[in-house]
Amino acid sequence: MSAAKTSTALHELSAKQALAGLRAGAFSSVELTRAYLERIEQHNSRLNAYLYVASETALQAAAAADKLYAKARRKPETRLPSLLGLPIAVKDVLAVAGMPATCGSLILEDFVPSYTATSVQRLLDAGVVILGKTNTDEFAMGSSTENSAYGVTHNPWDESRVPGGSSGGSAAAVAARLAPVALGTDTGGSVRQPAAFCGLTGLKTTYGRVSRYGLVAYGSSLDTVGVLARDAVDAELILKVMGGYDPRDATTVEKAPKLDKPSGRSLAGLKIGVPKEYFIEGLTAEVESGVREGIRQLEALGAKAVPVSLPHTEYALPVYYIIAPAEASANLARFDGVRYGLREEQADLIEMFKRSRGAGFGPEVKRRIMVGSYALSSGYYDAYYGQAQKVRTLIRQDFDKVFKKVDIVAAPATPSTAFRIGAHGNDPLEMYLEDVFTLPANLAGVPGLSLCAGFDSQGLPIGLQMLGPHFADERLLAVAKAYQHVTDWQTRQPAL
Amino acid sequence: MLLSKDDVEHIALLARLHLSEEEKERYREQLSNILDHVGKLQELDTADVPAMASIVVPRSRLRPDVPAEAMPRPELLANAPETAEEQFKVPPVLDGDA
Repeated sequence: MSAAKTSTALHELSAKQALAGLRAGAFSSVELTRAYLERIEQHNSRLNAYLYVASETALQAAAAADKLYAKARRKPETRLPSLLGLPIAVKDVLAVAGMPATCGSLILEDFVPSYTATSVQRLLDAGVVILGKTNTDEFAMGSSTENSAYGVTHNPWDESRVPGGSSGGSAAAVAARLAPVALGTDTGGSVRQPAAFCGLTGLKTTYGRVSRYGLVAYGSSLDTVGVLARDAVDAELILKVMGGYDPRDATTVEKAPKLDKPSGRSLAGLKIGVPKEYFIEGLTAEVESGVREGIRQLEALGAKAVPVSLPHTEYALPVYYIIAPAEASANLARFDGVRYGLREEQADLIEMFKRSRGAGFGPEVKRRIMVGSYALSSGYYDAYYGQAQKVRTLIRQDFDKVFKKVDIVAAPATPSTAFRIGAHGNDPLEMYLEDVFTLPANLAGVPGLSLCAGFDSQGLPIGLQMLGPHFADERLLAVAKAYQHVTDWQTRQPAL
Repeated sequence: MLLSKDDVEHIALLARLHLSEEEKERYREQLSNILDHVGKLQELDTADVPAMASIVVPRSRLRPDVPAEAMPRPELLANAPETAEEQFKVPPVLDGDA
């Protein structure tokens, strides 16, 4: 078999299949990694999914993995890490020692962290090979990657459209088969929305499930690390390794409660709530029918769907656009031109701060920092931030009540399929509305999953979102696995 | 319009952001629209609702307070725009001779 023929096949494999092939010795990690690096070389200049490609270190890590596999063949008692030799992509807001971490911002153009995020370190300890860092809206603020200082990422299904955001680079990389699987982060929908736009399975983990150490903070009470994968099986492989207590993140829980989940291919006994507040004006007819068809499929597998209400859903957007900017304004205060990042030299210290930040931050980041500063400022705190935290309690209570009656909630992930690049160019509020179905989960801290439930008449993927109570991550994955066992949407790939 | 140009300049100072005249005008309009939209929350009566204090379930606890290895100084200084004598260098903070 020629080398070229081997490498066209390798990128078609899911993470699970690739790991099986590595273990069986069907191909090496160097061959697998090289196959992806070749595809990146071929397509990334057009798609702009990766901001940084770690060719050299990836091949070194792959060679080390191959050595360990060879050793295990000689000495069968050798213990192999679970993800040994599997290539992955990492969103550029997560720190990997020795690789740039720009966060899609000019202010961190030259920043190279000397430490690694816990989530990434656990994957490295399990043997993964990091292919590179993927594009994101600046500091994860956006829904399209159009807010990246390094250019927009193109949706592999239609390159005139956005891949979603902010984890749009990771989504495009996995959809275009420039990576088997990728890490993303979700503060208001930034894993689920790009997963929906790119036809992937995207998991937003329960707040507290995965360490945020090494994730550049945006909204600390909302930020979560998640996975963009081709299917739920692959997403589960990654969650298993990267989750769990971390002494470096006091919000991670030591023992996540184990919740019931469907076992096997039947969903008999599973109760699904369908919230009426998610089927509203603005939801396109094609997305609605795709999502309803997906729910019917879950019913065909034995689940029972019932109407439910999450009455404060309409307030999620205003709550989010107070709390997230408030937290961002505090978190991003660290970018002052002193310890790292861009500095505009000035004789006066305050002037240096102002000029460095004015030159380093893009428009959306400036907007959110200013909204947050205003909402926290003397005289306005109670009316904005205080009221938002109270309404956040109401949103959380909505979910608590509904999850007493049903096991999961099923709804659309996004109001429409992927929109055109530039479609929301001049109106920030219009862009904010893109996240209307994903924000509530972050405000409540509950897990969410988006999977591909079909395609619209233009051939664009439709995302079905499932939400569960705290620590129901595995339940969502189990439901998705049962669904994907009887459908094949997740196996379709874009023609590049 | 909720905000005046003075308001925008005040917010920009709080946020330590230098803005051009063109930016001030643009943000005056955009921030006003955003604040107008989030003002929708005022329609809810929340007198009896507690503000959310923590999203973590179950509540987290602090780790034991034990000294750990610090990151190497040269590595941490490597990203600094300007250093001197193994320290971050900044413009004078106090008035008077440097």
